[in-house]
Amino acid sequence: MPSKTFQKPLLAVLLALGIVFPMIAANDYYIYVMSLAYIMAIAAVGLNLILGYTGQLNLAHAGFMAIGAYTVGILTVDYGVPYWAAFALAGILSAFIGFFAGLISLRLKGHFFSIFTLCVGFIIYLIIEKWDALTHGTVGIIDIPAPTGLGPIRFDNTWSQYYLVLFFLVVSMWVMSRIVNSLLGRAFLAIRNGEDLAETLGINLMRTKVLAFVLSTFYAGLAGALYAGFVRFIGPGMALESHTFDMIAFILVGGIGTLFGPLLGAVLLTWLTQSLQFLQDYRMIVFGPLLILLVMYFPQGLIGFYRQRQARRAAASAKDRRTQRAVVGTAQEARTNA
Amino acid sequence: MLEVQGLTKRFSGLVAVREVTTTFEAGRINAIIGPNGAGKTTFFNLVSGYHRPTSGRIIFDGQDVTNLRPDQVARLGVARTFQTTNLFDQATVLDNLIVGHRLRTTSTFWDVVMNTSRLKEDECRCRAKAEEVLDFVGLSSIAHHLAADISQEERKRIAFALALATDPKIVLLDEPAGGVNPEETLGLAELIRKMVRNGLTVCLIEHKMDMIMSLADKIVVLDHGEMIAEGTPAQIRADQRVIEAYLGADYAAA
Repeated sequence: MPSKTFQKPLLAVLLALGIVFPMIAANDYYIYVMSLAYIMAIAAVGLNLILGYTGQLNLAHAGFMAIGAYTVGILTVDYGVPYWAAFALAGILSAFIGFFAGLISLRLKGHFFSIFTLCVGFIIYLIIEKWDALTHGTVGIIDIPAPTGLGPIRFDNTWSQYYLVLFFLVVSMWVMSRIVNSLLGRAFLAIRNGEDLAETLGINLMRTKVLAFVLSTFYAGLAGALYAGFVRFIGPGMALESHTFDMIAFILVGGIGTLFGPLLGAVLLTWLTQSLQFLQDYRMIVFGPLLILLVMYFPQGLIGFYRQRQARRAAASAKDRRTQRAVVGTAQEARTNA
Repeated sequence: MLEVQGLTKRFSGLVAVREVTTTFEAGRINAIIGPNGAGKTTFFNLVSGYHRPTSGRIIFDGQDVTNLRPDQVARLGVARTFQTTNLFDQATVLDNLIVGHRLRTTSTFWDVVMNTSRLKEDECRCRAKAEEVLDFVGLSSIAHHLAADISQEERKRIAFALALATDPKIVLLDEPAGGVNPEETLGLAELIRKMVRNGLTVCLIEHKMDMIMSLADKIVVLDHGEMIAEGTPAQIRADQRVIEAYLGADYAAA
């Protein structure tokens, strides 16, 4: 929310950690995993705007990420469009389709909206899977070119791609921080708190919700485009709702409606999944109870928990200052009277 | 100020408001009373644009607002409070109020991304407005408390403040004194008088008769969606139909 969770020094440390990570990582695989976590984080940050800040559970988010990925895949592989042109189109196309999907689905409220978007997501999946001529169907798209170099910079190894992804992550977070800390972000929050009240405060409900939806799908498209250039293979499965649920898990763990929650969740859960890889499917036995404990004891997520404590402390210290002032005031008064 | 003509709202079979015609004059405290289910809140929902009337007209400040959306009505200067106010509990009281003045600002999404001076000005104005209305309702001292930690009465005052932040001409208050003790009720009544002294028009729904009788300039009585009486407190107290439908013989005798 508007009150900033992190101070500038902490942000600088985080950024520095992000920059030095490849240098301290034991091998390229770790760098690869971290890059994937960042890509998922960009998508989750977008989902958090509509889910965490505006209070609308959009279950088609993975579908919009797939739209972004397939835009890059189809345009570069089948039509020879340069990577960056396709990349730019990916976000725009996702947001464009998001606009119409939002316009229709946001007429519904609460659970009905969620169920509707679940269907929207599945329709996107079906279109990708069945429309062989355009999307290569179940085979998926292979040999997507890596991002082409920009000037002297090449993106042909894991290191450089890591920094490319990191760059987009930082920009995404920065833009998102502007959005959520602005009057516009407050309008989103007002809708989450209560649509009726938001409307009587003069907020145009439909327009504001559609804007949040379009922005979130733009983030999804951007993440998908990065994913396509990074993994270089995409299949229809990425549009499935299970991927949306992964992102929701990131958001819940890190902190719903917080700027850094989705990022923290994406990084934590990605590494947890990696370190439990040896358990194969049994890792859910570890995952499940962990999630339950988290929801029981940290319903606001890790950052939400931290922030609430911080806010309480700030409120308490403000109260202290006032009582002190009051005490000083009465003391002075007593002196004057004497 | 606010005029309704033949206002009717039908929900499939049920007529919630039937042919209500009345006028609320500027600078007055108007009250709507009546038994539960009389259509009082529906009446508010109609005036504030949340429901479209089945028939009839609503005229505010000489302008027909019958078919406007709630946000459009709010922009014209109709504010309202709800019986319960959901605040963002993890934020401070002041933070919760800043959005209230958003409708009087013009910055767009591009201003947000570019962080333009217009956005900064707008945010300053909204913050100043929030501080102003918080002071008006007498809660400056809890500006930095978490919304989760405030009392029921403070929550009622915050609801007033949010409504005031929209720079309204008329404020519709839905049970402003519901769930607060008699002493706090007096305080809220005083706050309502203060609003009128500052040039606002108030229209409220309330069940606390002592408060209404001492506060209201005009009372409208609804029963089963129909207006059965309107007039000054003295007239209403003496009205036979009102006594039968709502006040009860005991109250009239008292």
